[in-house]
Amino acid sequence: MSILVGKDTRVLVQGITGQAGAFHTEKMLEYRTKVVAGVTPGKAGTAVHGVPVFNSVAGAVKQTGANASVIFVPAPFALDAVLEAVDAGVGLIVVITEGLPTWDMVRVKRALQDHPVRIVGPNCPGVITPDVCKLGIMPGYIHRRGPIGVVSRSGTLTYDSVYQLTEAGLGQSTCVGIGGDPVLGSTFTDILRLFQDDPETEAIVLIGEIGGTGEEEAAAFIKAHVTKPVFAFIAGQMAPKEKRMGHAGAIVAGGRGTAAEKKAALKAAGVTVVDSPAAIGSAVKAAFRPRA
Amino acid sequence: MKLHEYQAKRLFARFNIPVPFGIPVSRPEQAAAAYAQLKRRSRGGAKFTCNVKAQVHAGGRGKAGGVRAASSAREAKAQAAALLGTRLRTHQTGPEGLPVTRVLLEQRVEIAREIYLSITIDRALNRPVVLASAEGGMDIETVATEHPQAIVREPVDPCVGLQPFQARRLHEALRLPGNSARPFGQILAGLSRCFTDVDASLVEINPLVETSAGELLALDAKVALDDNALFRHPDLAKLRDKGQEHPLEYRAAQVGISYVGLDGNIGCLVNGAGLAMATNDIIKLSGGEPANFLDVGGGANVEQVTNAFKILLADRRVKAILVNIFGGIMRCDWVAQGLLNATKALSVKVPMVVRLQGTNVKEGRALLANAALPIAAVEDLADAAKRVVALAQ
Repeated sequence: MSILVGKDTRVLVQGITGQAGAFHTEKMLEYRTKVVAGVTPGKAGTAVHGVPVFNSVAGAVKQTGANASVIFVPAPFALDAVLEAVDAGVGLIVVITEGLPTWDMVRVKRALQDHPVRIVGPNCPGVITPDVCKLGIMPGYIHRRGPIGVVSRSGTLTYDSVYQLTEAGLGQSTCVGIGGDPVLGSTFTDILRLFQDDPETEAIVLIGEIGGTGEEEAAAFIKAHVTKPVFAFIAGQMAPKEKRMGHAGAIVAGGRGTAAEKKAALKAAGVTVVDSPAAIGSAVKAAFRPRA
Repeated sequence: MKLHEYQAKRLFARFNIPVPFGIPVSRPEQAAAAYAQLKRRSRGGAKFTCNVKAQVHAGGRGKAGGVRAASSAREAKAQAAALLGTRLRTHQTGPEGLPVTRVLLEQRVEIAREIYLSITIDRALNRPVVLASAEGGMDIETVATEHPQAIVREPVDPCVGLQPFQARRLHEALRLPGNSARPFGQILAGLSRCFTDVDASLVEINPLVETSAGELLALDAKVALDDNALFRHPDLAKLRDKGQEHPLEYRAAQVGISYVGLDGNIGCLVNGAGLAMATNDIIKLSGGEPANFLDVGGGANVEQVTNAFKILLADRRVKAILVNIFGGIMRCDWVAQGLLNATKALSVKVPMVVRLQGTNVKEGRALLANAALPIAAVEDLADAAKRVVALAQ
């Protein structure tokens, strides 16, 4: 078991003929992910690394049985791409695209309120279940199959943390990058709920950062519902107020969203909070014993 | 991207939000003419007084001396001359202040009551929320900490927009007089449409005043636009005032690099925003002070690394540099080659600690080891932070 993606995931790439779409399609195929279709309007009949291209998501789903989509289309067209995938009945939509207008995600969230579709991102590295399925842009080889669930708002910081875990002999069940934007398809809480219910996941690593209240909401959820050990790191303790630290969502605004508040909330929920980003792997190794 | 007050007021007027008549000027002599025009327009007597307001992207202008009164054309010119060409320091600007290149002249009004009104995105609710408080004119952060119960919140359904019943509910909560319900509703509806139509991340009226004549008027105006949505608003994108932005931050943004200046002396060059923040954190944890946050971006090629070095080294306080790269798709040997080319091309003298990890890390480290440059290649991030802190001291 794992969460979100597994051996039955049949992947569709929206924006497959673009530079990033084509490059990462090849990398996903190398990881032996079942990439079954691509979509670029007007490019039907062509192929990218042997993957057939369709004009519409509905057409691709009908022909190939794709059940998950990864979106690389440029930001101005991403809202349309997400809603087209939902319309075609795709159950998991991972939005890699960076720079979506916040309003477009507000619209997506409102349109899909109470809809069972799962959206991850935007502005995220994607989702990987090691050795089984890679739906995104993360380097596959740093991962190893195992009992740790990883959920993060960051890209390279997640790779670094995963690398530390792998080096420490701790594999991962699934790693989910939820993205660095203010309005997200899936929150920490959404992913924590899945990890709590996943029998393969025995411990959880949460990598947060300044801005918003996602980590505080996660802390409340952990206190009430999570029985597995949780380890956390929060980036941005040095960040000045009202300055956007790269990610659109990483900003201490109106005095809210500081690293100190988030760390305190997580600690109060019984989470092991690591102060140094270099000590994530060793902290988990020191405190966690996997099932035999 | 932020707008100036005079730009925000013009925008508000398009959405039927009443604003005082005002004239922005950039030269003192224009201020004298503007005073005369305001006086004629308001049929003011001999004692007609106007405000001369410095246009900078920061709050707290009043307390900092950035808003002045003028009761004659000569005084208007003198006050404008005293502000234009200076840098205004408020509690929001930092010690270096912001340049005043424009002042806004406006008629003064008699204030009976001050209200706070704003709309922003509530990240927990995933929708816009109206914030209102009867304690207008004050810094909303102070109100939020001292009497949070004084702030009323009204979420807006993005599907249908702000509804009249919500405006009535806010009107009642603010205890405004009954006869202002209609104009208040109009202002809120306008503000809500404005927020949506221009893809704002913040629209704020602080204060919205009730004048002694019983009229509602937006005395100040603040608008921040979502940078990611500017492609939909080329007319608004043109209003950008580069002079109000940190020069290095602006230069970095032009080449796709995220840079934020900090107060320390250790320059940082990192790939990825989260890792860049974490790198700042570990420097602090090791007893040092980072000079900047810098995310070189995903496709950090030789050119991009060179650009990043140029920006880093433009800050003369930098005594040592920490490069922290986690090679994913980007290979460490490419980054190392970029580092070597950039250091040679720019003849970098500042000592450097380089931590490479990830794809092709061995090849990357070998390249650095064979170069006769003051570069220490380190595997572990904690170790790298300790070494760069020692070098900076």
